[in-house]
Amino acid sequence: MHTVIIGNGISGISSARWLRKLSDNKITVISSESKYFYSRTALMYIYMGHMREVDTQPYEPWFWEKNRIDLLQEHITKIDFNKKTLQTKNGKEIQYDQLVLALGSKPNKFGWPGQDLNGVGGLYHIQDLENMEKYSPNLKKAVITGGGLIGLEMAEMFHSRNIPVTMLVREPSYWNNALPNEESAMISRHITHHGIDLRLNTNLGEIVDDGNGTACGVIVKETGEKIDCGYVGLTAGVSPNIGWLKDGPIETNRGILVDENLQTNIQDVYAIGDCAEMRNPLPGRRPIEAIWYTGRMMGETVAYNITGKKVSYDPGIWFNSAKFLDIEYQVYGEMPPQPAEHHQNLYWEHDDGEKSIRIVYDKNSEVVLGFNLMGIRFRHEVCDKWIKDKTKIDQVLQDLSLANFDPEFYEQYEGMLLKKYNDQTGKNLTLQKKRKLDQVLKFLKVRS
Amino acid sequence: MNIIQKIGILLFLVAFLIFTLMPGLNKFTLTEDTLKISNEHHRTEVLKLAKEKGIIGKEQGSNIAFIKDLKSVLLTAQNNLNEQFSSSPPAGVGEWDFKMADWQIKNYVRDSITESGSGWVTKNPMQGFLLTFGLGILGGLLFIIPKFAQPAGIKNDGIYHSSLTKGLQFGPKMFMLLSTIIGVLIYGYKYNNGNLFWPLLTGIIALIIVGLVFLYEKEKLFNPPRSASVVLTGWLGMLFGIYLVGFYILLYWAPHLITNWMTIVSPVSEFLSGNKASQWFLYGLMYTIIVLVMGIRMISKYRHNKYQMVRTASVMFFQTAIAFTLPEILVRLNYPYYDFKNIWPLNYSFFFDYNINNLLASGNLGIFMLVWGIVLMLIGVPVITYFYGKRWYCSWVCGCGGLAETLGDPYRQLSDKSLRAWKFERWIIHGVLVAAVVMTVMVLFHYFTGSASILGISSDSLRGWYGFLIGSAFAGVVGTGFYPLMGNRTWCRFGCPLAAYLGLVQRFKSRFRITTNGGQCISCGNCSTYCEMGIDVRAYAQKGQDIVRSSCVGCGVCSAVCPRGVLRLENASGDINTRADEMRTIHISEDQVGIL
Repeated sequence: MHTVIIGNGISGISSARWLRKLSDNKITVISSESKYFYSRTALMYIYMGHMREVDTQPYEPWFWEKNRIDLLQEHITKIDFNKKTLQTKNGKEIQYDQLVLALGSKPNKFGWPGQDLNGVGGLYHIQDLENMEKYSPNLKKAVITGGGLIGLEMAEMFHSRNIPVTMLVREPSYWNNALPNEESAMISRHITHHGIDLRLNTNLGEIVDDGNGTACGVIVKETGEKIDCGYVGLTAGVSPNIGWLKDGPIETNRGILVDENLQTNIQDVYAIGDCAEMRNPLPGRRPIEAIWYTGRMMGETVAYNITGKKVSYDPGIWFNSAKFLDIEYQVYGEMPPQPAEHHQNLYWEHDDGEKSIRIVYDKNSEVVLGFNLMGIRFRHEVCDKWIKDKTKIDQVLQDLSLANFDPEFYEQYEGMLLKKYNDQTGKNLTLQKKRKLDQVLKFLKVRS
Repeated sequence: MNIIQKIGILLFLVAFLIFTLMPGLNKFTLTEDTLKISNEHHRTEVLKLAKEKGIIGKEQGSNIAFIKDLKSVLLTAQNNLNEQFSSSPPAGVGEWDFKMADWQIKNYVRDSITESGSGWVTKNPMQGFLLTFGLGILGGLLFIIPKFAQPAGIKNDGIYHSSLTKGLQFGPKMFMLLSTIIGVLIYGYKYNNGNLFWPLLTGIIALIIVGLVFLYEKEKLFNPPRSASVVLTGWLGMLFGIYLVGFYILLYWAPHLITNWMTIVSPVSEFLSGNKASQWFLYGLMYTIIVLVMGIRMISKYRHNKYQMVRTASVMFFQTAIAFTLPEILVRLNYPYYDFKNIWPLNYSFFFDYNINNLLASGNLGIFMLVWGIVLMLIGVPVITYFYGKRWYCSWVCGCGGLAETLGDPYRQLSDKSLRAWKFERWIIHGVLVAAVVMTVMVLFHYFTGSASILGISSDSLRGWYGFLIGSAFAGVVGTGFYPLMGNRTWCRFGCPLAAYLGLVQRFKSRFRITTNGGQCISCGNCSTYCEMGIDVRAYAQKGQDIVRSSCVGCGVCSAVCPRGVLRLENASGDINTRADEMRTIHISEDQVGIL
């Protein structure tokens, strides 16, 4: 059996690793971007000088040989699904028995005039990083359009080299289509505090050509103002990188359509990660979730399915995390930007305006649904178990220290949140648990 | 960088330059008073020759010229005395009371030059001190203090862009390492008066370790190590490394060339202990100042992280109060020099006869010091390590750790994270532990039984070689000199026998571990990159596996640099061995999705 995986991001590599654990198949991973798997989320740190490219590679070169995973740096141009062959750019043909498509995403471009000029780019591939490097020397100013995670990452990258940055954000507050209002406001303040020029309610009109095919500025749609700059970052989200498959026999919508076993409409062909679109997404989940963790879980699921153990993709309770400049962010469970009808929010924010805890629970049943943390670390397992066990808010608040994952000596804020809850509800709850690992382990070992 | 910081750097560089030139700045005049020879036969002969050659009272422009003259007189005197002894042996005088030995020549040169300074430095030691240490501290602080005005948070921007901190390519790095090792062995051969036994044995052991890694552990010779990069070569770091290596060579093996440095810190020494400064006082004072100034830098860098601040304050305190000041005060009060936090086998001379005798002869306090040292080693180390891991010592108390965590912080990313490096590490560090134990057992055997050798190996020569090879060359020259080349914990990771001992306790019987936060790891690699001990933290974190490693010094930087809040240093009961096996990342299996 020969399993070929196209794409060596976290999804493709996870599937290769799990296939090796579960089977004796010949495994080939093909990517044109880089020979070795690297952590895409760490691209920014290379530019900022925190790490070298090799440091972003989670496995040493010997790992692949030892685990008999063949790496091939090639560009696949054509797939013949009937003959089960792949064609590379260099004309080579590769036979497969099963095919995993882990093609990833590409940055969105919304038809802005000038979007294909030199000095314009997203942040997704190593090649994007090289492009940024190319324009960075003597760069006087960079403009970034898009108010999401990657936009801020790019802003932080330029900022780390003392290059002034302007961020054009369509929304009235940073990332407020994902963050609740207070947290969104907090990050907006934080961005400005760092000296990044954050322009809210602002759209990119067009990118100005300097006459030689290189960007020299942008024009703001609303005001017509021209901002001179030597680099324009396009970070208005990503979409599945499947353009070259669109006309083939494989069924696609925005992404490659897959069933709950991550199989496409074609036998023995699977799609995972950013490029996969669930035909029937699980309740509360989006059909395409372009994040690290779902890619990893899909990679594991697909390996089971390929090896004949049918497993439905189930990523469990939602979680995610990020870091906005100096503020860490973690989320567990349901956390809509605008509370649903039956949601009750308990929100506490530190006086310094850079830390907060939010717990969402059901108004009627008082069952806890989600956690949102800014500048504070919570334990994944504990939050997950509370949500899974349908624990009531009173119980969670009394035991909240179990979730605390901040380093030793850090001030603990569970008491403040509890006090706020007591003030709001007239209850008189007290903290019952310490954050000691012993207690946490005891709690986690009690099966619901 | 603002204008104040630029001025700071400039002042620091000026101070650094003056300090570097200082050994060549003084003038020297040999007088009858400053010729430090107590043996009357030697003194008479040397003085006679010196007067004949006219070097008594003659001012020399540099230490090198002074030493050259004095040495030629001493060598002539040695010859003359030898001839006199063979032609007409003086009555009633032992051979070596009359003849002059090579080691005595060394001592006479060192002692005389220390006293013979007559130039600006000797006349103005305070000014000299202010122009070097004072100006350096001022410049350093001017550079560091403004950092407190910047937003708090992880500040690793540009580390791999700076020529000072980005490290070397694999080739140049290995060249530096190998040439240092070979240099040490060749010098050791000379140091050992041409005895080939120890240098040869050391070379053989080194080859055995290489063999163990490549043959027994089947490491591939040409496996590209991940630590190496093809494009980076930090020339400034290389120069800084060479400077540090040079400093340690002068300090350990040529102190007569750096008496001017001792002269300028003598006022401080006299204030503390009442004695003139030796090279060890000079080193201790520099060490302490560097730990303090760079400690402030460490705090400015991690001031959002209370664990780092407390820990840094702790190493600053232990270095200043316990390692530096207290022993000086003890000396002033006529008690033995004693560093209460230095533990055998890092403190390898603890069981040497002169130390034991000295402590036993110093009354109740001396006895207490002896008992304290033994209790700390036998009970303190295992008990405290059981509760908190080896970090209580390595990154909270230890002086070597203190320097590594302050001066060395900009270089922590240069440690080699490859599996190959780990293989070398385990053989070398445990080898040093075995060597320390064997050496100490032999020394104690000698002490208690009076028999000076076992199996034809003399305990004195073994302990001499251990002190040279491990105590000076490894801990000092390579340990600190290689900060900009192999990271700030080279000694702690590969060489420290106490770290090996603490590590064994930590690995097999301790409540300490680093836990990972469910499935939150994004494999970015910040933790591994900034692990000064070269632990591939990410390899554990991305599997949701706890980290239980003997080498972990618990500095907490992996947890600090993690952008997703994945790592936490914890102490908890329960068997760490089974804890470490559990993988708690989210797993999909046939019937369930589960964590834990």
